Amino acid sequence: MDIKEKRILVSLLSSVLVILFYWWYVYSNYIADNPDILNDFKFWGTSFIILIPVAIGIQIVIQIIFAIITHILNKGEEIDPIDDERDKLIELKAIKVSHYLFILGFVLAMGTLAMGMQPWVMFVVLISSGFVASMVNEILRLYYYRKGV
Amino acid sequence: MAKVNITNNIRTLRFFANEMTQQELSQKTGVSRQTIVAIENGKYFPTLELAFRIAQIFAKPLEEVFTFELLTEPESKKPKK
Repeated sequence: MDIKEKRILVSLLSSVLVILFYWWYVYSNYIADNPDILNDFKFWGTSFIILIPVAIGIQIVIQIIFAIITHILNKGEEIDPIDDERDKLIELKAIKVSHYLFILGFVLAMGTLAMGMQPWVMFVVLISSGFVASMVNEILRLYYYRKGV
Repeated sequence: MAKVNITNNIRTLRFFANEMTQQELSQKTGVSRQTIVAIENGKYFPTLELAFRIAQIFAKPLEEVFTFELLTEPESKKPKK
């Protein structure tokens, strides 16, 4: 497994952990005591707005730690930082599929509203589809790096 | 569309170029070593630009570095009237 594959794997695992811990925190501190908050749009907006910088910040910290560990394990050897045509092609292919998935999730989310479901169901479907699309993006990139493109 | 088989002689050409390493070739072509590995193993077909760059480094025409072969006849895929 080369450095790019390891980096994707670390990103994948850290994304899963961040999302799980964040929503577990939100659930135990806000939703568990007051389930009615699910119908409060301000709650969903705030949750989203806070999640984005938290997720980005944690990802940056984890990637820095990963780079330091890799540098130490490789005994100071230079890691190939080039993002070349193959990397771009792999990224494009993975993004294409993940965008389709997210659009599907968006349509499903709108479908829940059209079927008269509670607005919180729409938010859950929307967030889940974004998360699944992101995971599929990382997994596909890993797949293309290993199997070829 | 007919299936194609694209192969290359990069490993052999590196050998005859004073055992040029994959790292050296990657530096000369401006791509990562992993991309050179993927090309040599047939897991990635380079763009025309990169293919020409590689050929230029070995001072060979493109068809001596890469070979292109049609595996099936395109006519056989045409629908019958």
